[in-house]
Amino acid sequence: MSDIAEAPSPNVPDGAAGTGLDVRSLGQILYLGGIGVVALGVLLWLLAQWNEGGAGEAVDAATGTITLSLGGEPPQLDSTRGTDAVSFNILGHTMEGLLRYDAENRLVGGVAERWEIGDTTATFHLRREARWSNGEPITAHDFVFSWRKVLDPVNASEYAFILYVLKNAEAINNGEMPVESLEVFAVDDRTLQVHLEQPVPYFDKLVAFATYNPISEAFYESRQGRYAADAEDLLYNGPFTIASWVHGASIRLEKNPLYWDADRIRLNAIDYAYFTTDPNAIINLFKDGKTALAGLVAENLDDALQRRWKIKRFSDGAVFFMEFNHRPERLTRNYHLRKAIQAVNDSPELVYKVIKLPGNLPAASLFPVWLKGVDGYFRQEYPLADPAPDDELGRRHLATAMEELGLSEPPTLVMLIGDSPTAKKQAEYYQNLYKQKLGIDIKIDAQIFKQRLAKMTAGDFDIVAAGWGPDYDDPMTFADLFASWNENNRGRFDDPELDDAVDVARSSSDPKTRMDAMARVQQILFDEAAIVVSYERGSVYVSHPRLKGIVRRAVGTDPDYTGAWIE
Amino acid sequence: MLLYTVKRLIQGIVTVWFIATATFFAMHGVPGDPLMNDKAVKPEIRANLEARYGLDKPIHMQYWIYLKNMASGDFGISFTQQNREVNDIIREHFKVSATLGILAIVFAALGGILWGALTALYRNRAPDIVIMFLVILGISVPGFVFAALGQLSVVEINDWLGFTLFPVAGWGTVQHMIVPSMVLGLGTMAFLTRLMRSSMLEIANSDFIRTARSKGLPVTRILRKHQLRNAILPVITVLGPSIAAITTGGFVVELVFAIPGLGRYFVQAVQQSDYTVIMGTTVFYGAFLVFMVIVVDVIYGFVDPRVRLE
Repeated sequence: MSDIAEAPSPNVPDGAAGTGLDVRSLGQILYLGGIGVVALGVLLWLLAQWNEGGAGEAVDAATGTITLSLGGEPPQLDSTRGTDAVSFNILGHTMEGLLRYDAENRLVGGVAERWEIGDTTATFHLRREARWSNGEPITAHDFVFSWRKVLDPVNASEYAFILYVLKNAEAINNGEMPVESLEVFAVDDRTLQVHLEQPVPYFDKLVAFATYNPISEAFYESRQGRYAADAEDLLYNGPFTIASWVHGASIRLEKNPLYWDADRIRLNAIDYAYFTTDPNAIINLFKDGKTALAGLVAENLDDALQRRWKIKRFSDGAVFFMEFNHRPERLTRNYHLRKAIQAVNDSPELVYKVIKLPGNLPAASLFPVWLKGVDGYFRQEYPLADPAPDDELGRRHLATAMEELGLSEPPTLVMLIGDSPTAKKQAEYYQNLYKQKLGIDIKIDAQIFKQRLAKMTAGDFDIVAAGWGPDYDDPMTFADLFASWNENNRGRFDDPELDDAVDVARSSSDPKTRMDAMARVQQILFDEAAIVVSYERGSVYVSHPRLKGIVRRAVGTDPDYTGAWIE
Repeated sequence: MLLYTVKRLIQGIVTVWFIATATFFAMHGVPGDPLMNDKAVKPEIRANLEARYGLDKPIHMQYWIYLKNMASGDFGISFTQQNREVNDIIREHFKVSATLGILAIVFAALGGILWGALTALYRNRAPDIVIMFLVILGISVPGFVFAALGQLSVVEINDWLGFTLFPVAGWGTVQHMIVPSMVLGLGTMAFLTRLMRSSMLEIANSDFIRTARSKGLPVTRILRKHQLRNAILPVITVLGPSIAAITTGGFVVELVFAIPGLGRYFVQAVQQSDYTVIMGTTVFYGAFLVFMVIVVDVIYGFVDPRVRLE
């Protein structure tokens, strides 16, 4: 807004109204002001009638309701097409697949009460009491319909790849075979028979993923293209149903009385009354007793500590790393240049002195600590030697690299990053580190989300700050990321040995053989310095002291309130 | 007069067309597109997605289709909110932004006129100096600082009172609306206070006030019937553009207070390269601004015949 110069007002005596400055003038102004305030009040009331909303307290024991904030409007609640965390969270509370995770992260029966998984076949026996929210029973046909929908090329599902283990799935998705050729059959209403392309030891974990959820064909067709567009355009089979959905503003879930395991559900309603990603708004709502859970960021951690809140942490599953560009025209294709950068990497310093948020873990391996191996945890069974930073080794590698590349001085590299404050802080740390230790100059290229993705895909970077989160609970969800055929391998790392190891891990049904192969992947990534791992992400949060039984996890619905209760 | 109005309307339509065209090509010129996502998809799937959204056609064809749909009032379906029409997004969320904007402007006008009159009355004395200091603060401190401070104060006040006087965030009831609209209107209020003050001072010195005073009219009557009334005129004049600025500029406040307004969609759409929402909101806001300017121009035309002749 532009400002105007104050009009000159010569010859005006102090007290503009001349002698009129007295209590009566002031009274006049206050009187007019009073009328104005009353008018404003009436206007407010009128406008409030035109808008909708309003929410209760964080926890309400009398009605069994909890109030929460959500990261935003769920973009896609059609389980065949959803891809994002918010949608998956709502789906996790309102829908159920064949299997699900319980509070201890064990796989238990969902719609399926029994199942047998063989080498290349699987059979699921559905519960008689599993019903849709309109009272219709859930049948094996509902799975056949939705799985075909996922793979139908016309549907263009971005998560179709997670069904590629099904026989003929990939060919169908590529448009080479009709959807009817998918080898998944409803033997009868309550028996689902599945044929697999090859042995998939983690198939039970896959079917817990939301893309494998059932959809009622009759209902889907009856919505005429509006399936999942609104609360009434969905049929629910999970612990909750969407009772009201004000787009962009709030979603209210209420207990589903027709859920087969409804006795387990102790909350009556979950009110996502605020859609916001603003960390201050999130924490302020919690402080004011309006929401029952709030994630913390480094900036409001001190405040939380001062208030003596009980701060909880969990590993959200994701791993962050610096990914090199391995395309032929790039300097970072040089092995010694990558090794030089790897040698000076100091993950603990980054985690404890730069990011400074409890919960994050220093890491050297792409495989996070929570992944399970043969019997116990993968990383305990296959530890990766993580050498301390060695500047001397780094400089030696750099000297070799410069010789091989014909450079007279250390190169300048482009580091592509996101535009969040944390990303910038981290990039500046690396910029400083590489300059000091190796004399390498880093040009930081900060881009907003889609632009960064476009540049990653086009290979327009030397190093990119990237991350990966798990889809299912098996090391394979990380292991195949840098296979030469993986579209998400944005740096185009290409190593036949790694591809071999991935193939072995994918096709073998022997746990030991598989995990040995995964360990080879882990070692190759480190030896070749394909990436330099920065940290494993953990999250810290606070929750209402009376709200119990919240489950936080790396894989599956998170946060999960289905088993929560108010004390 | 009718001819003038029609002429202005046609100019307005051309302006909106220009906005739409410039936005369309700028948007397509930026790297990245709405179909890109965290997980890369196979070329086959991508081709299907492109076909679904019509992005497989050459750009001039897309532009032509877009213009045709826009002319019939159809902005298409959002890329990120995959089941929502842009028209619905605008309809459902502009209401909220408009409410916030109207309240902010009423608050700003009311406060501006009152404070301005007060400072003029107490010129160069303590109330004037204090208020004008606050006014300088109000003009120079950016809105997002007020928003964050406002929210923090609400938390502290509620904490101190032991109950929720004003909600920290959210939307829907009278209590929800007060703090955000005050925060949003603060800058404009400061600006209007200055305007009102100088306008009051100028009028205090004019002939008709002197006449009124010499006639022996009571001071309160002079103040109300002559001074305030005339001093308000310039304030009313700048209200028009202010309404547009406030209604479109509320996105920071919407973000901080988790208000489901259109401003949030406007900003997020750009970050997400959500083509249809970018186009819909830009054209809508553009048309809204152009329309407000035309309304002001036409009213001027009524009031001042010289405007029409030009």
